[in-house]
Order: sequence, then C-alpha cells, then structure tokens
Amino acid sequence: MLKTYKYPEFHYSRSEDQDAAPPAHHPVLIVGGGMVGLTMALELRLKGVPAIVLEQGETVSDGSRSICQAKRTLEIWDRQGAAAPMIEKGITWNIGRVRHQGNELYSFDLLPEQGHKIPAFVNLQQYWVEEYLIQRLSALGGEIRWRNKVMGVEPHGDGVTIEVDTPDGPYRLSCDYLIAADGARSQMRREMDLAFTGQVFNDKFLITDIEMKADFPSERWFWFDPEFNPGQSALLHRQADNVWRLDFQIGADADNEEEMKHENVIPRVKAMLGEETPFELEWISVYTFQCRRLEKFRHGSVFFIGDAAHQVSPFGARGGNGGVQDADNLGWKLDLVMRGLAPESLLGTYDEERIFAADENILNSTRSTDFLTPKTPVSRAFRDAVLSLAQDCPFARSLVNSGRLSVPATLSHSSLNTPDEEAFEGQMTPGAPAADAPLRHDGREGWLLDHLGGGFKGVFFGPRGAIPHHLDVGGVRIDILCVGDGGIEDVQGWIARRYDGRPGSFYLLRPDQHVAGRWRRFDEEKVKSALSRAVGKAS
Amino acid sequence: MTGVLNCDPNIEQPDDFYESLIRLHDGLTDEQSRDVNARLILILANHVGDRRVLDEAFRLAREGVE
Ligand SMILES: Cc1cc2nc3c(=O)[nH]c(=O)nc-3n(C[C@H](O)[C@H](O)[C@H](O)COP(=O)(O)OP(=O)(O)OC[C@H]3O[C@@H](n4cnc5c(N)ncnc54)[C@H](O)[C@@H]3O)c2cc1C
Repeated sequence: MLKTYKYPEFHYSRSEDQDAAPPAHHPVLIVGGGMVGLTMALELRLKGVPAIVLEQGETVSDGSRSICQAKRTLEIWDRQGAAAPMIEKGITWNIGRVRHQGNELYSFDLLPEQGHKIPAFVNLQQYWVEEYLIQRLSALGGEIRWRNKVMGVEPHGDGVTIEVDTPDGPYRLSCDYLIAADGARSQMRREMDLAFTGQVFNDKFLITDIEMKADFPSERWFWFDPEFNPGQSALLHRQADNVWRLDFQIGADADNEEEMKHENVIPRVKAMLGEETPFELEWISVYTFQCRRLEKFRHGSVFFIGDAAHQVSPFGARGGNGGVQDADNLGWKLDLVMRGLAPESLLGTYDEERIFAADENILNSTRSTDFLTPKTPVSRAFRDAVLSLAQDCPFARSLVNSGRLSVPATLSHSSLNTPDEEAFEGQMTPGAPAADAPLRHDGREGWLLDHLGGGFKGVFFGPRGAIPHHLDVGGVRIDILCVGDGGIEDVQGWIARRYDGRPGSFYLLRPDQHVAGRWRRFDEEKVKSALSRAVGKAS
Repeated sequence: MTGVLNCDPNIEQPDDFYESLIRLHDGLTDEQSRDVNARLILILANHVGDRRVLDEAFRLAREGVE
C-alpha cells in the first residue's frame, strides 16, 4: 500500500501452550505489540523477567501515526539498545515555526544547549519505530505471538487467566501479571468494564503523508488561519524517506469519506505547497481527538500502559512518548517485586507516578486542542485576539499554543523520593529524569546516561576511592560513579552544571534514571534509607 | 472584599476615562467590539501580571453576572 515502506510480515506459529494442559502459565504476559507493549517487552527482557507479547496483528503500525519521538523516549530506547537505527533513519529537528495568516509569529529551538547525546526530537514513522523495536527484541530472544488476539480476561486472587484467539482456534493462558498495552480501543479495558473518561473534541483533522523531494527545512511548521486553509490550522513536518506529514484542520462537520478522496486531498496539498511541487500521496486518514484516561492504571495484577491507560490529542506528541515512559516506570518495579527485593506496594507507585504524568500530558494536550479548536464564540474571540496581538506583542506569543511538545514528567511528589535537606540549584530535583552530559572515562569519550544504565546508581562528585564503589541494601545493589580524580572526567563541566555538583555532593538514581535523593555529603545511612524508600519500603 | 485587587478609585478624571472606553467602540459592529474587548483584556491582564490580582478580578467580574 505504501510506496516508501514495505510492511514486514510476521507469521503465526502454533505454540506448545496450545497443546499443553490449559492454562499454561507464564510470569508476565503483555497484550499488544505496539510501540508501548514492545518497549515493555524489551525492558523486561533486559532485566531478565520472562514475558511474552500477544499481538492480534501480523505486522507493524497501520500508517505512520506517531512520528515525533522525543528525547526522553529515545534515551529509553537507547538504553535498551534500540535507538541507534531510529536516529540514523529518522529526521533530527529542533526548530519549530508558528505562522498566522501570512506572517511568522515566532520560532523556537527545543535544544538550545549543547552536551546531549540524543536530540530533542527525531521524526520517524511509527511503523519504522516498531520494526526496529521488534528487531531488537528478536535479537534478545524475546517472544511475540502474532495473530494471538486476547479475547477474555479473568483476574483472580493470585494472577490472571486469559483467553486467546488464534488461527487454530482459542486457547487459555494464565500469568502472575498481565500488562494491557492494547491501545486506545483496549479490549482489556472493556472486558474489565473500566470507565475511560475525559474530553472529546469534535473538530476533525485530515492527516496525510506525502512523498516529496523538496528542500523544505527539517522544521515543524504550524499555521493558524493560513490562506490555503482559511479559519483553520495546518501543520507540515518531515519524516524519514522524503515522507512529509501534512495535517489540515477541517472542522466538525466535514464528511470523512469525501475529504479522504484523492481528488479532494490533492488540491489541498497543492494549495499548501504550491502548484509546481511534485508529490505523491502516501497515506490519508481523518481523526478526531480525545484526552482521557482510566481512573486507575493498576487493577490488582493487571497493569494498563500506553494508549490503553490514557489517550491524548497529538499536538505535543505526548501519546506514544508518554506510553514509553509508562513501560520504563513499570519495568524495574516489576523486576524488583518479582525477585522478592521490594514489597508488592512498590507496584502501587506505578499508578501514583504515571497517573501524575498522564495528567500533565492530558492537561497540556487539552489546552493545545482547546486553543486550536475553540469551543465557544468567546473562546474563539480570545484565541483570535491572542493571534492578532502576537505579531507585535511578545507577551501574546507566549499564549499561542500549537502544542507543548513532550517532555518527561518530573515526579516531584512521588512517595519514592527522599526530599532535599540542603539547597541545590538547577532542575535535578528528586523525581526529575536525569539530564545527560558528555564525559570521558578510561580515556574514552562517552555520555552520562550510558554510564547510568538501568540499575540503581550513585553519582558522587569527588575522587574515586573516597567512598565505597558500591552499596548493597537488602539485595539491591547501588553502583557508584565518581565524577572526579580516577573516575569520570567532566570534560566540559556539564555534569557539575546540570547537577549543581559541588565537591562532595551525592545523587541516588533509580533504574529508570529518575533522581531518588541527593545530599551535599555522602552519608551511607542516608543513602541506604533513601534506597529503601525508593523501592517502596517507606521509612 | 479583602485582597490584593484595588477596588478604590484609581483613575484620574473618571468621566474622561469612561467616555474614552465607550468611544473605543465607536462605529464597530458587535463582533468587532467583542474582538477589541478580548484584545484589551489580554493587554491589560499582561500589564497587571500578578495572578492573584487577576484571579480576584475574574471572580469579581463573574459574581456580578450570575
Ligand atoms: C495521527 C496521529 C499522530 C500521532 N502523533 C504522535 C506523535 O507524534 N508522538 C507521539 O508520541 N504519539 C503520537 N500519536 C499517538 C501514538 O500513536 C499512540 O500514543 C501510540 O500508538 C500508543 O502506543 P500503544 O502501544 O499504547 O498502542 P498502539 O500503538 O495502538 O498498539 C496497540 C497494539 O495492541 C494490539 N491489540 C489491540 N487489541 C488487542 C488484543 N485484544 N489482543 C492482542 N493485541 C491487541 C494492536 O494490534 C496494536 O498492535 C499519534 C497518533 C495519531 C493517531
């Protein structure tokens, strides 16, 4: 169907569970092999937790859908060994421009500072993303069962039993933990009769990908009320393989069938790009958007992640990116609990932390969508007033909202954090995701996040040997990196700047690289007690 | 009303001010007036800046209508 992409075909094969005495048991089952379920599977695989993905389809995402992959998401995939081909294949961009009628209102640079391994955003079609995640998972020996559609789900005291439909007919499986990553229309959600509430927006958006060999820059261009789409908005954004995403707001009353006809799409595209620009249509779809979530993401042994748990409009690119961070949050918690190193209550903090993050994403996405599609005459009047003032008044530019692009949540209120006792400058507060920085170690250039990896880590600002190389707290190991003599060399000073790393300071970081606690002096007892708190043994 | 919003007379020559405010809308359609008002609110709100003042003003403005 697509000209620039050949959908891989993955084949159903009968598993021995289908012939075993039912139900065969597995520790963890993941329902849905979309970008979030696959990230979950990779995380568990790398942590040594056995998990199987059950996917109803036999290929990757239908259409390019999520194209903007955010820095934090790519950092997670990089830790999982999956990001390199995505960054290589995708389009790196940092600049966005917002226009109103004929004028540019403002432009923004998402990564104004140097000293990060991963760019602010890489645009890559969701089908490519999923293909690379599948490649990585296969290389690690992970199992995906294609054309396995989960039909029924039955939670019970100590686990979950599910019914799976296959080309050979149905079979049953049981597991200790079920992770529902089955997308916005989640069947798991419906089977468990869980309400999915929030706002629905009526305006429709015609979303089309075209193949075009034009030398437009790799920037995000957003128009309010352009000549070619009067009274509405539009977006142009580059993806891999000379594919471009075009997005036209078409109002609430548009007729989907009509709008999607090639003879109607082509004139729209020409009006945007100019008559002479040659292009080919690649993909066309009409969407309306919702911002909503489940009241709770954890229901006993069932965890909802990604779009199954929460859904947002795409302005801000917070859907897929938010979902990937769910998987990052849940992975290490399940690992520790299943190895008996953390109490069951740690799993409850998945709900606490990711509902907080989802609400931040929903709030931002809702505000953007409200700005783009004002619901009442008075909200339209204010919106238009903002746009009409923005050309001349800098204050009005800050109110123009074409999407507040995905940044990871700082989990500042998490019960897993140990609050600061002393003052620190900068953003690395307890709950914040660790910032990257360049470094040199053993004569080799590298990056801080690569050194943090996926376990508990201490970062000490001082010479190696001054404090222990690692600590063990009830079987949980903290490896300690030293930024100083004999350890990591802070080549450009970014580590000290970003972490306010005055000599003697110590940070404790979680396996998902969020800050658990920090002190101006290393105190073993305090670090150990912060670790206990970070694994859910509130002290 | 206790708080940070100044509800005491604060504009010199209030009649002049009031006349100017009404004149601002001379010759405009209802729709244009609404747009001018929206721009005016945004301009003044930014000038005030203080969210506590603005929030009190929001409350006071709405109280008089419902
Ligand atoms: C037009 C558009 C643009 C977007 N742009 C962005 C963007 O730029 N950035 C961003 O971050 N997000 C974006 N999003 C959102 C993003 O696509 C979603 O948030 C993301 O796909 C969620 O991933 P997921 O794995 O949770 O769900 P999905 O990708 O929907 O995957 C769910 C998977 O579960 C499978 N499944 C469903 N039911 C069952 C079942 N019963 N049994 C077995 N398998 C099942 C499905 O086949 C599918 O493979 C966009 C979305 C749209 C529509």
